[in-house]
Amino acid sequence: MRDIALVAFAQTDHRRTSDDLSEVEMLMPVLHDVLDQTGLKTADIGFTCSGSSDYLAGRAFSFTLALDGVGAWPPISESHVEMDGAWALYEAWTKLLTGDADTALVYSYGKSSPGSVRDVLTRQLDPYYVAPLWPDSVALAALQAQALIDAGDTDEPALAAVAARSRADAVANSHAQLRGSVPQGDYLVRPLRTGDCPPIGDGAAAVILAAGERARELCRRPAWIRGIDHRIEAHGLGVRDLTDSPSTRLAAEKAGAFERPVDTAELHAPFTSQEVVLRKALRLGDEVRVNPSGGALAANPIMAAGLIRIGEAAAGIHRGESDRALAHATSGPCLQQNLVAVLEGDPR
Amino acid sequence: MAEILKAPLAVEFPFTRSLGPVQSAFLTGLRERVVLGVRTGDGRVLVPPVEYDPVTAEEIRDLVEVAATGTVTTWAWNHEPRRGQPLDTPFAWVLVRLDGADTGLLHALDVPGPGAVHTGMRVRIRWAEERSGAITDIACFEPYDGGPAQATGHTGEFEDAITGIVAPARLDYTYSPGRAQTAYIHALSERRTVGERCPSCRKVYVPPRGACPTCGVATAEQVEVGPRGTVTTFCIVNIKAKNLDIEVPYVYAHIALDGAGLALHGRIGGIPYDQVRMGLRVVPVWTEGARYPDHYRPTGEPDAEYETYKELL
Repeated sequence: MRDIALVAFAQTDHRRTSDDLSEVEMLMPVLHDVLDQTGLKTADIGFTCSGSSDYLAGRAFSFTLALDGVGAWPPISESHVEMDGAWALYEAWTKLLTGDADTALVYSYGKSSPGSVRDVLTRQLDPYYVAPLWPDSVALAALQAQALIDAGDTDEPALAAVAARSRADAVANSHAQLRGSVPQGDYLVRPLRTGDCPPIGDGAAAVILAAGERARELCRRPAWIRGIDHRIEAHGLGVRDLTDSPSTRLAAEKAGAFERPVDTAELHAPFTSQEVVLRKALRLGDEVRVNPSGGALAANPIMAAGLIRIGEAAAGIHRGESDRALAHATSGPCLQQNLVAVLEGDPR
Repeated sequence: MAEILKAPLAVEFPFTRSLGPVQSAFLTGLRERVVLGVRTGDGRVLVPPVEYDPVTAEEIRDLVEVAATGTVTTWAWNHEPRRGQPLDTPFAWVLVRLDGADTGLLHALDVPGPGAVHTGMRVRIRWAEERSGAITDIACFEPYDGGPAQATGHTGEFEDAITGIVAPARLDYTYSPGRAQTAYIHALSERRTVGERCPSCRKVYVPPRGACPTCGVATAEQVEVGPRGTVTTFCIVNIKAKNLDIEVPYVYAHIALDGAGLALHGRIGGIPYDQVRMGLRVVPVWTEGARYPDHYRPTGEPDAEYETYKELL
């Protein structure tokens, strides 16, 4: 198999609203940022893949307009997933594995501000048995949180501690939306308080992948993808054990996460309670730095927040702060689908 | 910079969905106050039932009736019900394992407050008065003090089983077109057409979208174009559109405004439809209070040479 690495990562400052910018206007600076970091031009990129959802901003075919920011004419080799950009990265990784391309641009963006994201996300649910009840994203996460409390896996003070640690760590992350001391607040849907929930905001991210020697030319310390895999839970919420995430564990196994310890983990846990599930599934001990970026509790631009986890893990390796990192992305209600990537830097 | 434009946008659609045999039996059963599950290969009973085994992916068709009573397996207190949710007073979201089932069904539980709900509590279905074969035929759950209710002994065969559902969906947005298109729309309301020039290839985009799709860079330099332009290509519309008060046939055309790097489109009026031609010179016609041209009419100038607009078709 070819060695493939993340060689550049950029993200916007994540904000509650960005109504002064269209999606492409919001996205373009991060595309230019990763191209500038590597010195590449659009024409040098072998494959481009993006992740976004039209439902967020209510704008049909928005991903085709976003391509304006790439410079997609004359036609480029391009694809799109209606998923978080982490899955676009997965597609780009497979494309590079085939040898069809040596470099790939992966980006994703989400503007949640035009709509009511709690309601928008109900539209991803089972359309026969669940979506007609309009259970919003916070309500479903709250059912999972209560199941964890009932099982003795956590309690409200422990969840509050996850929230406080995430926002404290985010002080060092200038892109984050929610930083420093943030009150836990009132119940939004009990047992979850506002502090247990992610901020709603707009943002975008981009990464560049490169294979083999090309990666070493483009980046001083590439973040090599040692393994990457994604798995899904059963469709029905009531079929699942909401206190566990076997799909995350399986993806981690397939990605080789358990072969050697990691020093850092970037977990895509939009709700505090989901970090509890993921730590258990991934067998992360206290010696692992979890979400030094602040994670999704500090900034959760939907469709980009998973890609940002992979980008943050890679950036730690680029900077020499991490040697072996785990990155996780999720999609759907209550950690429905999970992707795990293991990244490593060359020995120093 | 001018004020950013915003407008309400409602996206509404009635999704018509067909049902598989298991879903059809389950939803028809709800109409008849019967709850059906499906048995998997390893003997578990799934409620709500699915068409394929979640573990083995095998087709499963073995319907089993379960009780309308059950036990809460997890809950969440919703003090502020949202549009479309089962109850409009505060309620608990619950997963309920019905007696005879091995999995949880998501629905609402009608109790006065969070103190009145706990994991393990016994509940029963409160049926909706009008039922059509939908998950909302269950109005909600309510507290119940007792053992498993008697099943009706139903086989899962129905005379007039439903084969589909119509699921209405509506989402409300506040739409903003962003910087470039806001500027375009503001200028248009002053009867000026203002595009943006690409700093790299110098092409002028009308309307501007904020980026040059060839160069992938932001456009910023504003350039007023027109008002005159050239018909580069056109079609004759013979079918009357709903909610559109225009006599057919009429001509809809690509129009390259003078100075623009690409054509926009608009209706051609003030000339019989069968006399419109490529190269025709036109100018916008505005109506009182409108934010965009009603149509374009001929200027009377000689037609433009093909060479001048062949790249703008």
